[in-house]
Amino acid sequence: MSRVSTAPLRLVTSVDRDVQLPRASTLPVIESEVQLRALLAGLSGVDAVGAEARAAKLATRSLKKSTKLAALDLAIAMVDLTTLEGADTPGRVTSLCAKAMRPYPSDPSVPSVAAVCVYPDLVGHARHVLGSSSVKVASVATSFPSGRASLNVKLLDVREAVSAGADEIDMVIDRGAFLSGRLGHVFDEVVAVKEACGSAHLKVILETGELVTYDNVRRASWIAMLGGADFIKTSTGKVGVNATLPAALVMLEAVRDFAEVAGAVIGVKVAGGIRSSKDALRYLVLINETTGSAWLSPERFRFGASSLLNDLLMQRLKQRRGSYVRADEFSGD
Amino acid sequence: MKVVDTAWKRTSMSEDRLDVRKTYKLLINGAFPRSESGRSYEVTTAKGEFHANVAQGSRKDVRDAVVAARAAQSKWWSQSAYNRGQVIYRLAEMAESRRDELAEHVRLGEGLTSKKSQASVSRAIDRIVWYAGWTDKIAQILGSSNPVAGPFFNFSVPTPSGVVGVLAEQDSSLEAFVNAVLAPIAVGNTVVAIASEKRPTPAVLLGEMSATADFPGGVLNIVTGITGEVAPTLASHEDVDGIDLAGVDEAFGDELAQLAAGSIKRVLRPGPSDEASLRRLRAFVETSTVWHTIGQ
Amino acid sequence: MSEELTNSRLGAMAYDPAPESAAIARLKPAYGLFINGQFSDPSSHENFETLNPANEEPLASVAQASVADVDRAVYAARRAYDTIWSKTTGAERSKYLFRVARLIQERARELAVVETLDNGKPIRESRDVDVPLAAAHFFYYAGWADKLDHAGFGPDPKPLGVAGQIIPWNFPLLMAAWKLAPALAAGNTCVLKPAETTPLSALLLAEILQQAELPDGVVNIITGDGAAGAALVDHPGVDKIAFTGSTEVGRLIQQRVASSHKHLTLELGGKGANIVFEDAPIDEMIEGIIDGIFFNQGHVCCAGSRLLVQESVADDVLRRLIRRVDQLRVGDPLDKNTDVGAINSAAQLARIKELTAYGEEEGATRYTSSCPLPDKGYWFAPTVFADVSQSHRIAREEIFGPVLSVLTFRTPEEAVAKANNTNYGLACGVWSEKGSRTLWVAERLRAGVVWANTYNRFDPASPFGGVRESGFGREGGRHGLEAYLNV
Repeated sequence: MSRVSTAPLRLVTSVDRDVQLPRASTLPVIESEVQLRALLAGLSGVDAVGAEARAAKLATRSLKKSTKLAALDLAIAMVDLTTLEGADTPGRVTSLCAKAMRPYPSDPSVPSVAAVCVYPDLVGHARHVLGSSSVKVASVATSFPSGRASLNVKLLDVREAVSAGADEIDMVIDRGAFLSGRLGHVFDEVVAVKEACGSAHLKVILETGELVTYDNVRRASWIAMLGGADFIKTSTGKVGVNATLPAALVMLEAVRDFAEVAGAVIGVKVAGGIRSSKDALRYLVLINETTGSAWLSPERFRFGASSLLNDLLMQRLKQRRGSYVRADEFSGD
Repeated sequence: MKVVDTAWKRTSMSEDRLDVRKTYKLLINGAFPRSESGRSYEVTTAKGEFHANVAQGSRKDVRDAVVAARAAQSKWWSQSAYNRGQVIYRLAEMAESRRDELAEHVRLGEGLTSKKSQASVSRAIDRIVWYAGWTDKIAQILGSSNPVAGPFFNFSVPTPSGVVGVLAEQDSSLEAFVNAVLAPIAVGNTVVAIASEKRPTPAVLLGEMSATADFPGGVLNIVTGITGEVAPTLASHEDVDGIDLAGVDEAFGDELAQLAAGSIKRVLRPGPSDEASLRRLRAFVETSTVWHTIGQ
Repeated sequence: MSEELTNSRLGAMAYDPAPESAAIARLKPAYGLFINGQFSDPSSHENFETLNPANEEPLASVAQASVADVDRAVYAARRAYDTIWSKTTGAERSKYLFRVARLIQERARELAVVETLDNGKPIRESRDVDVPLAAAHFFYYAGWADKLDHAGFGPDPKPLGVAGQIIPWNFPLLMAAWKLAPALAAGNTCVLKPAETTPLSALLLAEILQQAELPDGVVNIITGDGAAGAALVDHPGVDKIAFTGSTEVGRLIQQRVASSHKHLTLELGGKGANIVFEDAPIDEMIEGIIDGIFFNQGHVCCAGSRLLVQESVADDVLRRLIRRVDQLRVGDPLDKNTDVGAINSAAQLARIKELTAYGEEEGATRYTSSCPLPDKGYWFAPTVFADVSQSHRIAREEIFGPVLSVLTFRTPEEAVAKANNTNYGLACGVWSEKGSRTLWVAERLRAGVVWANTYNRFDPASPFGGVRESGFGREGGRHGLEAYLNV
């Protein structure tokens, strides 16, 4: 374990209206599991009722007119257009990439999405199709979605995806290790995967549905951030409970606090079950009122989704035309 | 004025010696002071014969008693209900062992026959026992778990109002006194009682018994004296949370109730003096409700 | 670190206006007194305008009840009690109340808009809190009407008769529901006087009572100023007074009824302490502090207006709190995204300004939200005072506005002592992840309500009311029946 600093977790900075992030990087050093535990123990608990009530209250925000239009475009630009099926083929990935680059060819003002997200074996193909496009290639690695493999197997998975051209790696944490209290093991894996990523960005999937409690979500967020995550991500999309507003709220609070303590800006990705524009806009409100607008960018927030994109396009067109269009107006990819 | 024969005086006279007369003092903070004013007043029997000189409490005594009651209240309430019940039950034991003395005072003061005064004492002691049993049950009767529409554990418990002033009934010198002071004490209040002006000695005796019954000092304070003189002090005292107006007539009660409004006191107007009921137990009880989130 | 990040401010994404339509209110130009089932002109023929505090525009003309009108209303209530309501079975009363609950739900949107127009509170609160809770209150007490034998007051408990009910302007409809529902369930008839500045939702409720075909005179609603309230308090035909409002007025009422043998319950002011321990769930606690003091512009008797923070985390809590306060959206109450609405009246605004001026004079450090305020209407920016001492006026007096005083403590014992160092005793909050300490504190707080890891929650099943100078009697739950039964 590496990294240097002794920054306290409790913030004692003087009162300031604006969010002032520390300029110096003061990432806490983690040199032992004891130290990691002490650091995590210093984190405040989460009251589940309060967190859920806060998320529910923010969900009542009403975005209208120009706010809604801007939010829809932003959401499109934040999509990691995803296909993670056993039946995926190069052909399927080709159409996905086309959709990612030009979600609605009839209107060139529609932004392209942030990334396509595929299994490692299809990274090379996606890379080829996307070429020099701004759309990134993301790949789930580390024996996604269960993560039940040896570290060597996981690292090999990562290295192959990176060498095939992945810009971003979505790893899964070892939930079994986390739930059995082997927090150092979880941390070490994140550190090792980060190293294997090289220059590729690392998104760490916490699988919040399996961690169950918000306290766990908060601790896992910090382990991932301390271990070198560029993004923390809610879910694989492969378990019963995927992204939820309160879990995302707790993760946004974690990246906000981490930025203040460590001076490092970590992104958040929500994945699984986000199908409607209404859902997506609620996440944008959550960001806006938790971390502030600095996170309202594809650099710092992503939606892992597939069918969401067409609903965003549908609502976007409705806002402009004033009436709804047929679902067939948009490609089914 | 002729000095009456009292039960113990007869005993002492039969031994052909000069009897030792008793001074009837106040009970404040577990101690038995004379009135700070140094005054006493003469109490007669129902027949108009001299009975005793009794300390004539002053407004200052009332204020001291309120201070003592306030200081004792949180400790009395923080004792377990089981423990409070035992203390009150001990008072019944004390009263039973001195029942003849109590009966004699009730007989003289209320002008009853021996048999009737004994019966009155029996009822009073039984009522003490009744209250002793309430201490650890009242919360289950007046408290509740409240099914609110949300993820909250929500419960209500009865808590004492705090310091309760009692203007004891003037006629029923023991039974009504027991009823009036033990109801608030059983539910965790401390009491400043103004005893019956004309018949104060049974209350004074009960006060003495309370001091030997492990009542912590200040839980029961008894001021004897002229009700009309000290009652306004008690009714207007802002550190008194509730007042029982049993011992005054309606017009004076109205006046005192207005004074009591100054600090939003709980006011109990006269009802049946022998009433053994929840009404009395509820009179100086607050409902405290706690909400706590329920989540993983 | 990018410049963009360093300069970012929370809530910087502007939301376009999302106003609810004022037309939904369908207000009439003028409203009479609701007596004996009919709207009628006041005997004085005097009327007054009720204003929208958000823009100072008149909303409607409302009748000023005279002493004669109060007499008429009490007479109607008495006759309804004698001839109808006391002969109506609990089961039948129950069904009337269920009807009222349903009608409130059906007309929820209209009621919410009316409430927001007349009171100035955000539509999100009237829509999500006031109106649903009002319906829930009727629904809850409806079920009690035929079960009074089982309420713990002995067999066949009797109603008191005619109840005179005086309610405040901070939750006009909800307070009407809190008063009427238990009174009617217990078998009383009512004369209700809404506050002078917020009469409209009660008048809409009168229409609902007509729709529910509640027998004439069972509920009478009279509008007017304090003189009308005083006439109701003094009326010899009234058996019970229930008042919610300031301690100052409550004291006067208690004095006035002292010689009348009227039953009385009072729900008065408060200076609630919100106690934050160092192990509090910090993010939810910050939200709880916000809800505690800025909900309904702080026009809440149980507001958590004193924040007691453990000294070890005081700087951090204050910093996070100020950041959060700055993010509150203040403005058009009809906008669905508004967090803090208008102050209810010019008089209340003047009172808030007066007390906050003392705060500065006494040396407290003032933080005021930088939010822009509308030009017209009564507005006060959310404000936090730090470095407040127990002896400061802003720590002792009820401000009844969006103003928080922050004090610190060192130990649980000191927290309890400071929380209890007030003549009030309505509500407190405790924030901690340690259950045993929370219960230890809750047990020692002199308050009718303690919220642990939450604040400003209300429910018809939960008894609400104060100790000491915050009043006596409970509203809500089984306990709330006692206020309207002769037991």
